Amino acid sequence: MKVQITEYLRIDLDSERWECRCCGHEIGPARELYKEGLLVYHRDPREIHRPLLDPAKYAKTFAPDPEWCAILEYYCPGCGTLIEAEYTVPGHPPVRDLELDIDALKAQWAKRKEEKVHVAAGDTPRPVHRHGHGHGHSH
Amino acid sequence: MTHEQCTAELSPAEKKLMQEFLEEHQLFFGPDPEIMQNHRLEPRTAREDVAIGKVSDPHLLNQVRGRVQSGMAESFRMIEQMGSAPGAKWGDLVTAVFTASGDLSEASPIGMTTFAAVCQYPIKFINKYWTNEPSVGVREGDGFIHNDSRYGGVHNTDQSMMMPLFYDGELICWVSSTIHEGENGAIEPGGMPARAESKYDEGLKMSPLRIVEGYEIKRDILTFLQNSVRDPKLQYEDVKVKLFAVMRTMERLRSAIDEFGVDALIAFLRKNLEDTEAEVRRRLSEMPDGVVRFPSWADSTLREPALIKHNCEFHKKGDKGTWVVKGSSPQLSNRAINGVIASLKSFLLTGLIQQIWPDLPRNQAVFSSFDFVADYPSLLNSDTDATLSMSISSAFHYLIKPGQLLNKLVYSVPLEAKTRVTPVLAAQYNQPATFIYGGLTQHMEVTGNFCADINGAGQGARENQDGLHSLSGCFSFMSDTGEQELLEEELPMVRLVAQTLAKDRMGFGKYRGGAGYEQMMSSKGSAMWGFMTGQTGSSFSSCPGLFGGYSSSAYPICRVKDINVFDWLKESGNPAKFPFDIVELMNKQPIEGGTYTADDAGITFELTTEGEIYMICQGGGGGYGDVLERDPELVMQDLREDLISDEVAENLFKVVYDKAIRRVDVDATKMARDTERRARIARGTPYKEFVKTWNKPTPPEHIPYYGSWGDDGVIYAGAGPTRITMTSETMKPVFLPDPREQKIAAMQARIAELEAKVK
Repeated sequence: MKVQITEYLRIDLDSERWECRCCGHEIGPARELYKEGLLVYHRDPREIHRPLLDPAKYAKTFAPDPEWCAILEYYCPGCGTLIEAEYTVPGHPPVRDLELDIDALKAQWAKRKEEKVHVAAGDTPRPVHRHGHGHGHSH
Repeated sequence: MTHEQCTAELSPAEKKLMQEFLEEHQLFFGPDPEIMQNHRLEPRTAREDVAIGKVSDPHLLNQVRGRVQSGMAESFRMIEQMGSAPGAKWGDLVTAVFTASGDLSEASPIGMTTFAAVCQYPIKFINKYWTNEPSVGVREGDGFIHNDSRYGGVHNTDQSMMMPLFYDGELICWVSSTIHEGENGAIEPGGMPARAESKYDEGLKMSPLRIVEGYEIKRDILTFLQNSVRDPKLQYEDVKVKLFAVMRTMERLRSAIDEFGVDALIAFLRKNLEDTEAEVRRRLSEMPDGVVRFPSWADSTLREPALIKHNCEFHKKGDKGTWVVKGSSPQLSNRAINGVIASLKSFLLTGLIQQIWPDLPRNQAVFSSFDFVADYPSLLNSDTDATLSMSISSAFHYLIKPGQLLNKLVYSVPLEAKTRVTPVLAAQYNQPATFIYGGLTQHMEVTGNFCADINGAGQGARENQDGLHSLSGCFSFMSDTGEQELLEEELPMVRLVAQTLAKDRMGFGKYRGGAGYEQMMSSKGSAMWGFMTGQTGSSFSSCPGLFGGYSSSAYPICRVKDINVFDWLKESGNPAKFPFDIVELMNKQPIEGGTYTADDAGITFELTTEGEIYMICQGGGGGYGDVLERDPELVMQDLREDLISDEVAENLFKVVYDKAIRRVDVDATKMARDTERRARIARGTPYKEFVKTWNKPTPPEHIPYYGSWGDDGVIYAGAGPTRITMTSETMKPVFLPDPREQKIAAMQARIAELEAKVK
């Protein structure tokens, strides 16, 4: 049985592995931090939040200061999906943001049916015209 | 000799005598830690037992709830219609009803849950200290007022009116109304002084005191309050407004008693709490067990640049949850951004209701079952000497923690478990981005307050759609941003742009955060006017995304000084040259002779002259999911609505399209996105390899840093050789030097250096 944990992560309870929900890539042991099975890239925040004010004129430009703020992008090694974008201070150890008790999860889901499709609660989705890519997103 | 050593040698009778003596001769009824540290529900009373024994029909109790909610909705609207404070006009208020013991049982259907949640503390103080105090007492028709957050409250710009409801001589419940009043006589006008260096700079600080007897306001007390603030009219009007709003709620509650009986009301107020607490535990039990963590950083104390860590973990096991905020910044005693722990818990409660469980009753039981762990003294759990007037700058980081943390636990829960009740969403913009103002109005009246633009924060992106633009304050449902025309009638301020949405500044993702808007303010018609602001996030993005979504931008304050834009606009041809857009105005600098600056968004109060321009942005919400998954047609729609630029569409979203007609080239877009995915894989480094070079043992030496770094038990404070290291067990308050004194000292040193050269 597979449990959909986040937008891009699921856990296979039988194999006890984190998996990518987009391509099915086996990321790593579910009892360990999922980030350990991903690729990391230190992204200069000015590449995402480009300076809108002229940097020649102003120190503050609407872009974060790369000496103070870094973005750690975590990619699936199988499909390159951006699974997490962690804003942190340069050099700060990455946060262990999600650690689950796998035994408790198994016990919990022993009484539940597997969910193949994740359905948002309580709101009406905005119509999506078409998918931008076709690399097997299996929500 | 300690108190324990002294009393150890006393007999039980002597100890009792001594205790009685101490209780009878209490020197000062200060904030009571026993009350302030306790967020649990009070035990069910014998009277509540009797009432619940008599009335247990859930349908009847629900009818009572309907009456209570309706009454509070009515009193909420009364304040909105009659209140004088900008906060009252645009929704920064709440009305609420509490059990006789003081637990918040139900807040008004809209408004500031946080205000209601912290108001239980002064009510419990009144119950404990004033009820049996011969010189005070609690009687029918009494009304107590309060604003010092050390007794329960967010900051002392908020004032609460609290009244006991008696029925046949029996105390049935408490009723309150709270407004963000603004002006409070602090060192800076407007009620939220960033320049305050001690609690004595914060202005009026009312411990809970009786201002109403027999439903009549005591004019001597009211006059004292008016005399303590810059805006005596505001103080006068809103004390009356709060009183009559509470009285209206009480009228409705009495009607409910007449209709259903007094036991029904008592039973409802208690059962509403017990049922909510049980439901929270049930929902927790449906979520996976584990630990989730989300640290964030503020980048300013509002006086100087600094990285201030706001750590937060949530531990969940079975039906129990524990919030852990250890490892956060130490207390910065002489900076305005400290907070009391009761306030922080109330913000977490608000975040839980707004982001995770909007269907739950808005009461204290949403949070009462959680355990909570914090360092003491620390920025979030400060002692009673710390400065608190801009506590919201820190606390707003915690408003969005429930969403950032619990969404990682709630996402997997099946809908049938009735635990995931709203779409998973990224953070709403979480800084108080607004102008605080003060001075002499065009009507020659002294005033100080803040603009309701604080309520225009962009919503975070949701799992199935984009966030809404300028939805509300992150702290309040359905608050509004005000009518500029009304503001201009009363105040010498002119808005130069009409709330234009800030392009390219929301969080990007599969779904994008809602945009905030630009605020461009100038003063006109005043002999003395000034502005301050209270937000951080100019170097480090404040509002995070979720599941691969990016944060929103960093936001500075932009100023054009040494000009008069109104005179400039009178000159022929100039109106057409004025860019109604911050970015264009700052980059093109069309007004000759102006001094153009872009600085840290938080500034202390400064005087301005007519026609100088002050500009900030209300922030955008965080993005949700991978940008490469965004529907290209939604990207085109964003372009058409001028929400993003071509640079963002092409470089971030990797959409290939015809710029003239904005038609997507589907195949080329797919190819561009596939190429980017391959590029990510090529440039990414395996985690274990990455952290070998990335992780540093301590914070960057040159950056003033406050909080933990990796190990939550080790706390850093400061920069360079003067940086100190503490542990959780040895946390001490930190005092920072006055930046103005430092600047003067630096200039004096420079003068001395130049003088030495001349000699």
